[in-house]
Amino acid sequence: MAPFRIEVRVMPRAALLDPQGQAVEHALHALGFPEVRQARVGKHLVLEVEAPTREDAAARARAMCDRLLANPVTEDYLLAVDGGGKGA
Amino acid sequence: MTGGPPPTPFPGDPPITLALVREHNLTSDEYRRIEALLGRAPTFAELGIFSALWSEHCSYKHSKSVLKTLPVTGPQVVQGPGENAGVLRLPHGWAVAFKIESHNHPSAVEPYQGAATGAGGILRDVFTMGARPVALLNSLRFGSLDDARNRYLFGGVVRGIGDYGNCVGIPTLGGEVDFGAGYAGNPLVNAMCVGLLKERDLIRARAHGVGNVLLCVGSRTGRDGIHGASFASEELTRESEQRRPQVQVGDPFTEKLLLEASLELIASGHIVAIQDMGAAGLTSSSAEMAARGGVGVEIDLALVPTREPGMTPYEILLSESQERMLVVAKPDRLAEVRAIAAKWELDATPVGRVTDDGMYRCRWKDQVVVEIPGRPLVEDSPVCHPEAREDEAIARLRSSRPTPHTPLPTPEECLLRLLDSPSIASKRWVFEQYDSTVQASTVIAPGGDAGVLRVRGEAFGVAVSTDGNARYVLLDPYEGGKAAVAEAARNVACTGARPLGITNCLNFGNPERPAVFQQFKEACRGIADACRALGTPVTGGNVSFYNESPTGAVPPTPVIGMVGLLPRVDHAVPSFARAAGDAVLVLGSTRAELGGSALWEAVLGFTGGEPPRVDLEAERRLVDLLVTAAERGLLRSAHDCSHGGLAVALAEVAMGGPYEEHPFGLDVDLTSYAARLSPYELLFSESHGRAVVTCAQDRAAVVVALAAELGVPVHRAGVVGAPNGTFRVTLRDGQIARPVAALRRVYFEAIPRRMGD
Amino acid sequence: MSKRVAVVVFPGSNCDADTLAAARAAGSDAYYVWHRDTDLRQADVVILPGGFSYGDYLRSGAIARFSPVMRAVEAHALGGGPVLGICNGFQILCEAGLLSGGLMRNARLKFLSRPVRVRVEATDTPFTCLSTTGEELVLPIAHGDGRYVADAHTAAELEADARVVWRYVGDNPNGSTNDIAGICSVARNVVGIMPHPERRNEALLGGPDGARVFQSMEAGHATQHAGALRAVGGRHDGM
Repeated sequence: MAPFRIEVRVMPRAALLDPQGQAVEHALHALGFPEVRQARVGKHLVLEVEAPTREDAAARARAMCDRLLANPVTEDYLLAVDGGGKGA
Repeated sequence: MTGGPPPTPFPGDPPITLALVREHNLTSDEYRRIEALLGRAPTFAELGIFSALWSEHCSYKHSKSVLKTLPVTGPQVVQGPGENAGVLRLPHGWAVAFKIESHNHPSAVEPYQGAATGAGGILRDVFTMGARPVALLNSLRFGSLDDARNRYLFGGVVRGIGDYGNCVGIPTLGGEVDFGAGYAGNPLVNAMCVGLLKERDLIRARAHGVGNVLLCVGSRTGRDGIHGASFASEELTRESEQRRPQVQVGDPFTEKLLLEASLELIASGHIVAIQDMGAAGLTSSSAEMAARGGVGVEIDLALVPTREPGMTPYEILLSESQERMLVVAKPDRLAEVRAIAAKWELDATPVGRVTDDGMYRCRWKDQVVVEIPGRPLVEDSPVCHPEAREDEAIARLRSSRPTPHTPLPTPEECLLRLLDSPSIASKRWVFEQYDSTVQASTVIAPGGDAGVLRVRGEAFGVAVSTDGNARYVLLDPYEGGKAAVAEAARNVACTGARPLGITNCLNFGNPERPAVFQQFKEACRGIADACRALGTPVTGGNVSFYNESPTGAVPPTPVIGMVGLLPRVDHAVPSFARAAGDAVLVLGSTRAELGGSALWEAVLGFTGGEPPRVDLEAERRLVDLLVTAAERGLLRSAHDCSHGGLAVALAEVAMGGPYEEHPFGLDVDLTSYAARLSPYELLFSESHGRAVVTCAQDRAAVVVALAAELGVPVHRAGVVGAPNGTFRVTLRDGQIARPVAALRRVYFEAIPRRMGD
Repeated sequence: MSKRVAVVVFPGSNCDADTLAAARAAGSDAYYVWHRDTDLRQADVVILPGGFSYGDYLRSGAIARFSPVMRAVEAHALGGGPVLGICNGFQILCEAGLLSGGLMRNARLKFLSRPVRVRVEATDTPFTCLSTTGEELVLPIAHGDGRYVADAHTAAELEADARVVWRYVGDNPNGSTNDIAGICSVARNVVGIMPHPERRNEALLGGPDGARVFQSMEAGHATQHAGALRAVGGRHDGM
């Protein structure tokens, strides 16, 4: 077993209204950042896990996302796995 | 002192130096007193304890002598000042527990968490009495909304209170928000909680029973908020902006679990006392419970569950981590106590016991780190008798008038300006963010004079209100103190409820300054006189001094939280017109009293003059009339006439509630009313002791007769107009005439427009 | 015979007592079921009340749906038993997949507590069988995450199957897709509603409109007998 650090990025699905993102976008425009074309607001989760391999860690993390961490109806997610030595 | 070796420093404790003593906000006099009390130098942990318990926040050293003059007794008082909350008697074995408290400094630094944890703390003060919280109210003060920083503070505070109270499931039934330049940089956030209990279930925070066990219940102890109590007792400086770690983070979900677990523990009979670990955390809760019970306690700090490793005794004693309780349980009931906590997914950890030697003792495993005689620690805190002297600038302001040649716009224009001023405009933007209907007992929701809630299974109800107008207090603290109580009583009475008692939150500047202490003393004298006249004793509250920022002290702002009893809650009287054709009556007398008025402030930018005088006898008669008329079902609506005067009161009666789809027109003739007054005085004077009521035409003569019998002047002013009609006030020379819908737009959009919504 | 109504209590539920009282006021034999229980004790109807289960941390309803009691609730629903989710209960039912779509942050980003007007769009559910189509009710809302969302396909299906049970009239308070305030499952026995009928079920609380939901629930095998009940003027015994 090796320690892995998994970062999960959960974002509202692209097709859905993202009022938080819009609010941030408007605020940035008001503050003098007219170049902002779009802002979206999501969540960032960091998990410290133990797993035999990087692939196992990623597979387990995907299961966690599907079960709990993201709602497939309203959210998409992206995983990044770090650690476990040299690709063990 | 009892035997045994004296406490020894904990590894890593700094040596006690004069600089360290000063850093703890203790004077050299106070330090000498500590040494005399202990017969030796204190340890670092002990120094921290004294600093917290002898801070203004915990010891009331500057206010004690004045607070003693407040009336605190009455047949309805079950519990007066000195406990977590005051308790008043209601019919059929019921009682109401309530208290107001400030969270000004934390909110100035971090508005969202500061306000949220303020709501959390006041909830715990009420449910630790064995009462289920049924209502929250809050009184807020901010600088002008034209400034971005004030908008940020306002938005953050409202969201913080809302997110916390909403999650726990306590309806917000009322409150008030006011704006003024004097609050920029030092907003005021006062939260009041009201709870219901059966009188026989009342539990007091008094440790007793030698051998009983102390348990920590709830969240773990972290390093947050260390020394919040002394933080609240100093002036805000730019440095405090950098003190964010001192601000605690609230967890309303754990609070909800703690609420349910605490009420279950109290009902179970397994515990003898319970107290929130609020300001000064474990230190104040354990020391105060021991002192009240006349016993000693011994705590092993190594047993206290902590959130991070390596915490020292000092940190554990003074942490202000939220959502923690100290419980005293019978030793043979520990398993039951832990089972109840576990049901609510909470830890309950034994950390100490009640002793018979009267000592406040803390150990770290076998090492004694604190040993202080318990009673003197809490009760012999220093008492200060500061000098009180009125600031001459205030006296000058009081005798000043607006520049005589500044022309006022037309009365209609003045009314519109007032309806658009954030202090007067509808606070719907605020209370819409608070759940006001959870618990399904809300009879009158926010937006009226007072909130009203039912008590399930009973015919009676409870009315609640908070009030305070700092302009009056600034200009004349005695009259201003009276006015705060009188207005709170009037608001409660407008719903038909009989005022029962108050809690107060006294927000002032630095009491070591004679001008501030004079304001405090005089305002309290006014509060005391008004409470005596109206039969509403003080059951407790909170003093918040040192509300100062680099630009000076806040205006003196005593806030009164009033509770009233409505014998028949189904007779509760709302504050808005309800039927076209109803008679409109003005109760009380209007005098030429524009001093400190909203008119002068909002239209002329002038705060000065003699504020209106409160005739306490006339107030009492008005309260009697409102309560009696409601009892007999004579009134369709009743609305207090205060900030903004008669014009604003009439407009509010017409405009209706926040969600009224068909507001009523109003046709009022004031040509024969108060003939000696100018139109501006007539419309905008803020004379006390007045209300606007509406009633069915065939009841008007009865109301007039009742008013005469009870000695309240009454003027039949006009009629309620058609839905979506015109608001019309006819004066001797001219009139105000606007569609009520147009007034509504101004009144309801004023705050959202400024907040960019 | 009164209906046996299980009101599930999660840590953080805060409308459980109100819901129990409203069900009892409608004549039901209502009782609490703790979220760790696995037995619904012969419930005829299950209600998931409002509140902030698990603080609404992560997402509203996301953690509560894994409570032990939810197995039994799912079994009850799959067997055709009536289930009502109010506010947070609606969010839990969506998270559990018993209702389609989901509930997200209000479009105006603020918690919103106020009365709203909703129109009854479907009367063939256990909780609307005493209503008539088009009837308007005034009910309080109090939520931060009340914006109902579903992808275009799901939304079209909901409309085609007439599974929108209540719809906001006039102002849409939270930006919900198609002004949706409440929906039901394909089998029509699982129902979610964002406003709080339990908070406005008598004149003292502003009006009786919310009582319709609980009276309907008590009125019988609604799905099968809705027509028959309407035929007798919406009255039933046990009131």
